[in-house]
Amino acid sequence: MKKSYYLFNPGRMSRKDNTLKFTPVDEEGNEGVPKYIPVESVNNLFCFGSMDANSSLFNFLGKQQILVHFFDYYEHYTGSFFPKDYLLSGKVLIAQAEHYLQPEKRMSLATRFVEAAAFNMLKNLRYYDNRGKETGIQIEKIESYLNQIPFAETVDSLMGIEGNIRMSYYEAFDIIINEFEMGNRTMQPPSNEVNALISFVNMLCYTLCLDMIYHTQLNPTISFLHEPGERRFSLALDIAEVFKPVLVDRLIFSLLNKRQLSDADFDKNLQYCLLKESGKKTVIEAWEAKLNETIKHRSLKRSVSYKHLVKLECYKLVKHIMGVEEYKPFKAWW
Amino acid sequence: MSFIISTHINYYFICRRKLWLFTHGIHMEHESDLVYEGRMIGEVSYTDRSKKYTEIEIMGSKIDYYDPNRKIVHEVKKSDQMEIAHEWQVKYYIWLLKQSGIEDVEGILEYPKMKIKKKVILTEEDENTLKQIVKDIELIINQKSCPPCIHKKYCHSCSYFDFCYIIE
Repeated sequence: MKKSYYLFNPGRMSRKDNTLKFTPVDEEGNEGVPKYIPVESVNNLFCFGSMDANSSLFNFLGKQQILVHFFDYYEHYTGSFFPKDYLLSGKVLIAQAEHYLQPEKRMSLATRFVEAAAFNMLKNLRYYDNRGKETGIQIEKIESYLNQIPFAETVDSLMGIEGNIRMSYYEAFDIIINEFEMGNRTMQPPSNEVNALISFVNMLCYTLCLDMIYHTQLNPTISFLHEPGERRFSLALDIAEVFKPVLVDRLIFSLLNKRQLSDADFDKNLQYCLLKESGKKTVIEAWEAKLNETIKHRSLKRSVSYKHLVKLECYKLVKHIMGVEEYKPFKAWW
Repeated sequence: MSFIISTHINYYFICRRKLWLFTHGIHMEHESDLVYEGRMIGEVSYTDRSKKYTEIEIMGSKIDYYDPNRKIVHEVKKSDQMEIAHEWQVKYYIWLLKQSGIEDVEGILEYPKMKIKKKVILTEEDENTLKQIVKDIELIINQKSCPPCIHKKYCHSCSYFDFCYIIE
């Protein structure tokens, strides 16, 4: 089973025969005991600490189709090492571009992303509404925005509706979350604990989608809801919309309401709030556990992990753009 | 101009949808542990053979082991469940060799895990059938729409299973 490796400590990653070797280095530059990581067990690497590496490492990682995601000191995603595509399909690429270029085809896909995202958000709100958290107002608001979707004629207006839906949804966070206040959604930099958490876990979700896209024939830069090339690999942003309520938000509610995270896990300043290393580790552990959780899939009739759901979403998109079958986005059915 | 390769012949007998998807660049084989196992069996069985025998590529089709002295094509497979598809794949190799002037080649299908070997020959009738198969394959892959799922029991062990059967 391949897994993600999260690197927090500074050190040097190198190739040692057909294994990865990580040598920690402390502040004075003293080398610690090296750790060996069999390359077959690596799905991808997340670099939070500072890593020394040379080109032979990246050549090796590239051959093994391992992605590396980088983050700066403030936990911002700064980019990925994205090895050369190994699943090239000219026909899929052309069909994907065609679905972007033809306004009706693009709108059809963009609409499905927004609808599925909203459906999954409502699912969360209703869950809490049934458990005594009064989110009825937000549910109604989102439902009325949903009714506007069929009248949206451009992707821009659709994005506007999506923004309104998300704003109403975030309003409910203060009702759902017990101890912490979120207030307005602030991103750069996040102003409080909840905002810091949302930013951090959203980023994990984005990299997950990117990883899954990489292992399919889809091109990560051609997107439908988000404008292609607008920041990062925008197809990953499209797919993340569908999964954020299910993967990201539920995780945040549970981490905070079960008090797995506390004040001490955050680094607070006048201007910003960030997760401390202890906090990041807790979040990542919970995130990994979530991704490996399985559900019985209705159409496949077998258990699949949450992580695999994202890959399946990519398959459905490939089928849609190749005219095999219309895309039915993932909507949490339980 | 792209060739009809032995993979097409193999998939033609197993599933036309898979044949169409494969030709349209939708490859899934890297996802499957079974495919990986099959490849490993091919690599680790008969290891002494690699020097004596030659890997050749003919009209886009790769023959893993061809013994030019005895004129034998060897094809290693995991299990004989898809035997018809395997047989025609080997017949196709023999036919390709014949078309490039190498006559009287025979094939051996090998299932090392099951300790079974089967001889394959190409008759004149087979050649005519292959001509028809190639025509059929061209029709299928040039078809605009993807053929439907076949809903067979063996779909479950196919590397395209998730792709084909994921709906929502």
